[in-house]
Amino acid sequence: MRGRNLPYLLIAPAVIFLAVLFFIPLVQTIALAFETRSGPGLGNFVRMADDLNFHDAVVNTFRFVGLAVPLQLAAALGMAMMLRHLGKGRDLVLWIWTIPLGLSDLAAGLIWLAILNDKGYLASLLFHLGIVSEPQSWLTYESPFALFVAVVIAEFWRATAIVIVILVAGLQLVPKEYAEAASVFGASPWRIFTRITLPLMKPSIQSALILRTVLAFEAFAVVIAIGGRNFPVLVSEAYNWQNFNQEPSVAAAYAVVVMGLSLAATALWLRLLRTPAEQRG
Amino acid sequence: MKRRTALRLSAALLAATLATGEACAADLVFTSGALAPVQEAQKMRTIILKDYIGTVSFLPDEPPAMLTRLRAEFQGNARVSSVVGANDGDLAVLAPTGALAPIDDLAAQLAGRGFAPDLMAMGKLGTEHQMYIPWMQATYFMVANKKALPYLPAGADLNALTFEQLRAWGEAVQKATGKRLVGFPAGPNGLMHRFFQGFLLPSYTGGVVSTFKSADAEKAWTEFAALWKTVTPNSTSINFMQESLLSDDVWIGFDHVARLLGALEKRPDDFVAFPAPAGPKGRGWMPVVVGLSILKDAPDPAGARALISYLTQDTTQLITAREVGFFPTVRATLPPDLSPGLKMAVSAIQNTGGAKDSLAAMLPSGLGAKGGEFNKVFLDTFQRVVLRGEPVHEVLARQGETLQRIMTDANAPCWKPDPASSGACQVK
Amino acid sequence: MSGKRALYLAGIAVVCAWVLVPLWFIAANALGGQAVISAWPKPFIPDAFSLVTLGEFLAIEGVFRAMLIGIEVAVLCTIFSVLLGLPAGYALARYTFRGANAFRLMVLLTRAFPVGILALPLTVGFIRLGLYDTPLGIALMHTALALPFAVLVSASLFQAIPRELEEAAWVFGCSPFQAAIRVVMPLALPGVSAVAIFAFVISWNEVFAASVLSARNRTLTAYLLAMLSESPLTYQFAGGLLLIVPSVLFIFLVRKHLFAMWGIASR
Repeated sequence: MRGRNLPYLLIAPAVIFLAVLFFIPLVQTIALAFETRSGPGLGNFVRMADDLNFHDAVVNTFRFVGLAVPLQLAAALGMAMMLRHLGKGRDLVLWIWTIPLGLSDLAAGLIWLAILNDKGYLASLLFHLGIVSEPQSWLTYESPFALFVAVVIAEFWRATAIVIVILVAGLQLVPKEYAEAASVFGASPWRIFTRITLPLMKPSIQSALILRTVLAFEAFAVVIAIGGRNFPVLVSEAYNWQNFNQEPSVAAAYAVVVMGLSLAATALWLRLLRTPAEQRG
Repeated sequence: MKRRTALRLSAALLAATLATGEACAADLVFTSGALAPVQEAQKMRTIILKDYIGTVSFLPDEPPAMLTRLRAEFQGNARVSSVVGANDGDLAVLAPTGALAPIDDLAAQLAGRGFAPDLMAMGKLGTEHQMYIPWMQATYFMVANKKALPYLPAGADLNALTFEQLRAWGEAVQKATGKRLVGFPAGPNGLMHRFFQGFLLPSYTGGVVSTFKSADAEKAWTEFAALWKTVTPNSTSINFMQESLLSDDVWIGFDHVARLLGALEKRPDDFVAFPAPAGPKGRGWMPVVVGLSILKDAPDPAGARALISYLTQDTTQLITAREVGFFPTVRATLPPDLSPGLKMAVSAIQNTGGAKDSLAAMLPSGLGAKGGEFNKVFLDTFQRVVLRGEPVHEVLARQGETLQRIMTDANAPCWKPDPASSGACQVK
Repeated sequence: MSGKRALYLAGIAVVCAWVLVPLWFIAANALGGQAVISAWPKPFIPDAFSLVTLGEFLAIEGVFRAMLIGIEVAVLCTIFSVLLGLPAGYALARYTFRGANAFRLMVLLTRAFPVGILALPLTVGFIRLGLYDTPLGIALMHTALALPFAVLVSASLFQAIPRELEEAAWVFGCSPFQAAIRVVMPLALPGVSAVAIFAFVISWNEVFAASVLSARNRTLTAYLLAMLSESPLTYQFAGGLLLIVPSVLFIFLVRKHLFAMWGIASR
């Protein structure tokens, strides 16, 4: 009996904590999204969907999450593997790679604006190389593709560190003997990576993907800093409705959509990267 | 061992914060949505509030966070802030929630200060009672880099510029430099909506709401779209024109005085300041008011009144003007010893209000919490007509419906320069 | 072989540069001032450095106190996150129980729902609980935001630690609790430090909740950022640089623990 209740006892503090602090406002806000003057209904969602920027925001959000998250996972996996073969100085290198984690959104936005704006470091570099002779406007509504790439690069720089930390911590627990044994039997490094290391890291990869996807749906400070008014995403629209249009109920509708997408993505990762019970340690 | 050090450290930290927390528990809390930038806040604390008899915690915030916090303090019954200083539009959002205390008696008591009557009237926020006391005023104007002056169209007078001449000027600059160097603050935190409400539309149509769908309004938007061809495409990311002016990305820019002053103060010799252009119906311009309100059930109502009285006496008002570039709301003559940048701003503002064709457009009033949606109508129209090139007539018809719905919902009567209305203002 | 090694080290160096060069730019702009910010072409090394703007920040009234509060809040948040997150993560990793996935989703809600949209009811709730304008209140809020990391990351690590190790400890007479503490915890140390890093950094950099939940008692980030976003770029760069330092130092201090165990096999 005690054994069956134990997991519930272990999660109880976290559940109680969230219930007391977080769930009442959450429920109130979700209710607000479904509240209209004529009673409960979808009025706020209709207003949201009718809005000028809604379509762009949906498209931008999916393009952004769809490109940034896989890129970050691939890069972080590569970086975690690189660290593994490093002897001395390993933790110094890891520290450098995780520095962006410590940056506020404001700082990250400033940095990338200083790099990518008309007279930024990128344009200056190209100037010194003799490729351009004038400041370059990349971040305007007239060049939406460049703007999109810029937003993805900035987010890639800022938020890959979080994936690295999770994967590095996970990689610690993958026993080296398996790889060594496979190597004795003549397996190529790539085969060892895909057949042994990767499957053993599945729990960490799953966590990293879940957290990163959820955060990517929520990212907006850097997006606004670089994209201005020209790259609306769902969350930035939610904040616009909340702060500038003073319509908390439409903002809540946007927030419910963001939440729905995040949870759907999480459910997807939980299913796709499931570790069957019999394989657990 | 290590753990003990950590424990001791956190205990010391805790003690330190508790001690400092107690030390200022008796302060009067002055929450502000204005003067939030670092330098202004610092001047507020160390210079403007220096001679006040009590101790004040000046807490500047970005307006959205400030509004949320004050509403929460009110709803949750936590009385922390006593005074709030904010833009007219932000106070208009707070008033309908009941968070502000009516201060008719304070207004009567301070009547001898010589407040401008229309500013004092705005402080009622469309209610029966005085909801704020006008604290500071400001407006918008234009600043140009002196490098742009040679391209000014022949016969144009900087202080009597028209929209037509502005476009010709922008085109001449573009022709000479190959770059679009006119700038508007159309970024996500920019104040572009005020340009449409207080400058473009009044200048072309003589109104804002009632004339929203008129042929004059169509002309205004069409000609602005033509002007936009000379405007830097970065404009949709510009929130503060001073940065763009200082980096030479913009040679001719429009913005709020507080968002231009930085450039004028830093390089007064490189810039000129002048009124925004005029259209067929006059030189539309919008005075801006920052008000002071007392929160309902404030922890220190007497202190709050004393602070407002202090901030609106003429000596403090002049210090405020000199230090942060917001102008007096009371009768007071600015001293001649202003900094060169501030002097330019003052003369641009005086040239705006004193122009022969001057046409003052008031801040939207009576909209309450609908103020944000009201602004969105103008920004959406801008986005569709100017940025996306949709047909003007259809856009104005569609946005006009939204505008009418907002006016009817808020039951807001017209404000100047629209002709007075009985009942909600009508989009004609 | 040595050619390969050189290539590999070059790769590491390139990645380091990718991270560090943009950081250098924020420092160059903060120390070079307006001259650098509006220069074309931009100098990669400013001609003149000045600490004036940074100094002005440190001279702002209340900065030191806000820094103490910021550190206190971040430390509290780190402690709470570990205390709440680790047991929950252990439960998810070791037991198959009904509602496990529901719990996972529930923990994620604090991140899946944009917190700024919750601000008003959230703050009212905190006021009712008497937590408004206290460092403890902000720390609890930040813990809610850090909990998804604490729970999911520790769960994925516990999952990778073989259960046999614990069972072996039981055989040697440890109670399940002792086994968890003495055998599993040391192995899970990288995870604990990852959780700590996330919690500290999230708390240190969080602005919005901190600024609506506090008035007099502000964390440094909330205290400065409220002023920063409307300030000239010179101040934004200087403030941005200043705020990076503490969290980067913290990551530096705990980085070693991320490599606490070099794989079970390497013992």
